[in-house]
Amino acid sequence: MYIFRMPSLGADMEAGALVEWEKHPGDPVKRGDIVAVVETDKGAIEVEIFVDGVMGKQLVETGAKVPVGTPLAEIEGAEEDAATAPPEATAPSAVPKAEPAPPSTQRRASPAARKLAAEKEISLDALKGTGPGGVIVLKDVEQAEGETAPRAGLDLSKMREAIAAAMARSKRDIPHYYLSTEIDMAAASDWLSKTNAPRTPDKRLLPAALTLKAAALAARKYPAMNGFYDPATGFAPSEDIHIGVAVAIRGGGLVSPAIHNCDKLGLDDLMDKLRDLAARAREGRLRSSELSDGTITVSSLGERGVESLYGIIYPPQVAIVGFGTVTQRPVAVDDKVAIRPIMTATLAADHRVSDGHLGARFLKHVNALLQEPEKL
Amino acid sequence: MNKDDARKLIVEELGNIAPEADFDTIDAGADLMEELDIDSLDFLNFITALHKKTGVNVPESDYRKLATLDGAAAYLAEKTD
Repeated sequence: MYIFRMPSLGADMEAGALVEWEKHPGDPVKRGDIVAVVETDKGAIEVEIFVDGVMGKQLVETGAKVPVGTPLAEIEGAEEDAATAPPEATAPSAVPKAEPAPPSTQRRASPAARKLAAEKEISLDALKGTGPGGVIVLKDVEQAEGETAPRAGLDLSKMREAIAAAMARSKRDIPHYYLSTEIDMAAASDWLSKTNAPRTPDKRLLPAALTLKAAALAARKYPAMNGFYDPATGFAPSEDIHIGVAVAIRGGGLVSPAIHNCDKLGLDDLMDKLRDLAARAREGRLRSSELSDGTITVSSLGERGVESLYGIIYPPQVAIVGFGTVTQRPVAVDDKVAIRPIMTATLAADHRVSDGHLGARFLKHVNALLQEPEKL
Repeated sequence: MNKDDARKLIVEELGNIAPEADFDTIDAGADLMEELDIDSLDFLNFITALHKKTGVNVPESDYRKLATLDGAAAYLAEKTD
């Protein structure tokens, strides 16, 4: 029998609240199925399972908040895999009891909308969602209630606490080193303009698609930038390249969900996934694997005019790549001064795993890849 | 489509992207990306939504013309006239 446990969705997560079971006892489940929705500091996360079997006894009631590693359900016909069972998991002595009435999630709704609907005892089924894709957003519930309470959105104060804990831990435990390089973006910008010109908006690419793909391919070439560091066992490079994309939450907060196998995606597929991921991150509708699988992070603040971004590594990862704004700058080209579109790319990496020399080669490869965007 | 209808559609689509925004208090002449705290991905989704709703295919070279609420309304009204 396999025990399905409260997953860890990042170094900053200690507990989660079970919002809803998506599978019920007797339902067949297969690898990749979403079996539950868990409320975390990063929103309502759809939790996937990674075995095939049949949903057995469910050990936790909806509404209960339990620590990471707590057994949530029995999966019959599947074997417990020691590698997937967190060693720190502690079985509860009794079935956790639910807190006040669990919110309804039969309809797609933002966490804030669900929370208010539950508090006001408003059925989401009776509401018309006006958010993207028909998602019920807070204002829909507020309108139904006839009140004008300010929008709370995700629980940003809790998210801030979680970010603070993870980043403080990173700064305390990880000996960062920092590098930067200037990248001439003329080739990438020209190629992007020509590629996008005949396309309708839904098919257009953003520069982020190019930088993400370049970072992924560089991580493939330099595996010391891609993986996880455990103080007890050291560095374990990852076979896969799952890039955590830093997504800012309006009003404050940050999540870094992963785009899986980024190095193997074509630019169009990567762009589709980026659009989908960012939208769901802001709605608080991410999946567990997207929060737990990132092997390296990419962050960009170029749109806000920032020239250089030196990130803090998201543990247990070992590197974060930053991209700044593209600005017209005077540079030397063939012994003459020319005005070129220049972007600063940065790397913050874990000195326990790599040295500046390797980091420099990583950034140089990112630069080289962006000079031939048609090959990305 | 006149300017008022264009503005109504724009506010509706931007509201889908930034549902927490209060359009009653937004400066119609200010930069939308700053006012709404939206990024290029949000803006592309906005342009995509306008294309789907009106058939107006805004080229990248015209993006700056839609940088403000007033500018976007004028642009859309002109292109659908």
